[in-house]
Amino acid sequence: MTSTESLIDRRQLAYIASQAADARLNVELETDGMTLNIGPQHPATHGTLRIIAHLDGEQVVWAEPSCGYMHRGYEKLTEVRTYPQVTSLVNRIDWLGSFANEVPFILAAEKLMGIEAPPRAQWIRTILFELSRIANVSLFLGDLGVQLGAITPVFMAFRDREHVLNLIEATTGGRFHPNFDRIGGLKDDLPAGFIDETRAVMKTLRNFCTEIEDLLFGNEIFQSRTRGIGVIPKDIAMQYGLSGANARASGIDWDLRRDQSLPMAWDKVDWKVWTHPDGDSFARCWIRLQEVRESTRIVDQLLDNIPAGPIMAKVPRIIKVPEGEAWVSTENPLGEMGYYVVSKGDLGPFRTKIRSASFNNISIVPWILKGVYVPDIITILASLYFILGDIDR
Amino acid sequence: MIALLAADLPYWAQTLLRILGGLVAVLLPAGTIVYLFLFKMMSFMQSRLGPMEAGPYGSMQLFAEVGKWLQKEDITPARADRVIFKIAPLVVLASTFLLVAVVPFGPDAWFTNFEAGVFYLLAVSSVSVLGILMAGWSSANKYSLLGGLRAAGQLIAYELPMVLAVIGVIIQAGTMNLQGIVVAQNGGEIFGWNGLGNPYILTQFTGFIIFMIAVQAELTQTPFDMPIAESELVSGYMTEYSGFRFLTFFIAEFATAGVFSLIASVLFLGGWGVPFAWFDWKSIDDVSDWMNVVGPLIMFTKMMVLAFVIMWVRFSYPRFREDQLQRFAWKVLIPISLVNIMITAILKVAF
Repeated sequence: MTSTESLIDRRQLAYIASQAADARLNVELETDGMTLNIGPQHPATHGTLRIIAHLDGEQVVWAEPSCGYMHRGYEKLTEVRTYPQVTSLVNRIDWLGSFANEVPFILAAEKLMGIEAPPRAQWIRTILFELSRIANVSLFLGDLGVQLGAITPVFMAFRDREHVLNLIEATTGGRFHPNFDRIGGLKDDLPAGFIDETRAVMKTLRNFCTEIEDLLFGNEIFQSRTRGIGVIPKDIAMQYGLSGANARASGIDWDLRRDQSLPMAWDKVDWKVWTHPDGDSFARCWIRLQEVRESTRIVDQLLDNIPAGPIMAKVPRIIKVPEGEAWVSTENPLGEMGYYVVSKGDLGPFRTKIRSASFNNISIVPWILKGVYVPDIITILASLYFILGDIDR
Repeated sequence: MIALLAADLPYWAQTLLRILGGLVAVLLPAGTIVYLFLFKMMSFMQSRLGPMEAGPYGSMQLFAEVGKWLQKEDITPARADRVIFKIAPLVVLASTFLLVAVVPFGPDAWFTNFEAGVFYLLAVSSVSVLGILMAGWSSANKYSLLGGLRAAGQLIAYELPMVLAVIGVIIQAGTMNLQGIVVAQNGGEIFGWNGLGNPYILTQFTGFIIFMIAVQAELTQTPFDMPIAESELVSGYMTEYSGFRFLTFFIAEFATAGVFSLIASVLFLGGWGVPFAWFDWKSIDDVSDWMNVVGPLIMFTKMMVLAFVIMWVRFSYPRFREDQLQRFAWKVLIPISLVNIMITAILKVAF
């Protein structure tokens, strides 16, 4: 079935559902649609997203996400902060993989200033970037079970994610909000024993992936709940601007770590970008599982050959960014995350536009939820994987 | 035990004794299941310790929880149907007590020795549906309503495979009396060998599996827990309940798990009995009186084994969607149980 056909099918289903509702209304039963507010306080949205769903029975006639309940105004706040202060703000955008939020902003500032971090700093940045990806996505893998009613996987995820957080804490001093990246390099070098410890943790994480694959992905109920549910065809995914694993699950071979040349260490190691042709919920979950595996591989290889040298380039004590505009985006755990920084030569940015992945990823919700059943709303939202801080910023 | 002690007592004393016995038979399994399985076993499966502070190894945790619930405010939503809202948890709990009334715990230890026991059992097990529907409708909450409707659809769909699975047992035992089914199993023989009696889990294995799946659905435990689906419907029909009324639902959930395990052990594992051949008993009249003490313990052990299986599945599986659940009931379980009945009937006539 081609993608346009499935689009038509979906619209037809929704149309039939609404017609059936009308027909019943006209006969003797005075039935009416029901508007169900999923959220802002709801266990499945892990945050304050509100989905307004108009139901006919248990079938969704139309649905719309309503966000902004957690808007913290980071774009505006950056205008009254100096450049080094901004990293502590952007940490809190995607709070599960916070280090990854700092990197594109710092890279944009470096691009404007025309400096580049020394190789060792690039290496450590990449390692921490991938560690925060693992911390983020491994929690997704556990949380997936909770959304589907299996309560055990999430505890396994928390158990093994703890090791990753310990590594991040040992390096940066913060478990959730590292605030470690600096313009021109990093705050500190790696702590003693980091390399051996990280190797052991990467092994644990690979075991965790195998466990999750056995426990959840191989489960027939899980498969029947996710396969063929919430299919996003390739062209629709492109039209809605999906990025990250959601795009790759629809067969779009697109990964900014590979397709862009940034001063990071991804091009120095051997890894694979996974795609899946199906575009359903299962594909999205499976892609993320593979991503954790690839991340552990990247970290392992990076550990093998960290170059020696300084971790800080020569930067002035008081950072003033020259006038200009820069756009840098990276492949964050949730998808493409970018910063458009406009500088007027002051201590802080004149204007910052934050492109966060989840905001674009949930824009497909009205389309994809049309005609599905209430339990599938949860599966589809879980597999789209958004973080509220990343939507509302 | 109850019948034994109550033989010469006045009617009011017998009634009192039965009520007390019923409370023990319902609350003791519920408490044990909650502590051992929900608190401890689930924690060990999820690499954590569970409650450790209240009493040795957290064994007093349940009392702490009950105390906490009793202190909470009893909230009734403004638009709720107040009377029905308040009765609903009691209706659900009552169905558990009705179920335990016919379960035999020993040769003389029973509350009522009802001739059509199985029939009664299957009939009253659906009373809880009423309570759940009442709770779902009267809460004036959309999530509760969806949960209540899902529960009604599901429980009615799974009543049928349960009944059909039990019919195989009835055919084999030739009686609907639960005491009679226990005797038929323990006094029976498999192709002339009576070392184990004839527990129907061996000869009615298909029926046993279907029965346990139906029980899982009837209890709304995890692969079939859409009515309370926490991540979708918050807590389904229980969403608006707090304090004591929520506690009633909670007790009912686990007490019913215990009672259904008791019923399954009576129907398929030989109930309170030991194989009669071990002691050269010929019929129920030969069974010595100490079985009235040992019998309940044997029942309790079997109940814990079956409850373990129920909880094990609950902690490991994700949940179905309703349409998948209905399809599973009507297209898989019911045809298999019909075939099972046919084969049982043919073999019954043949041997």
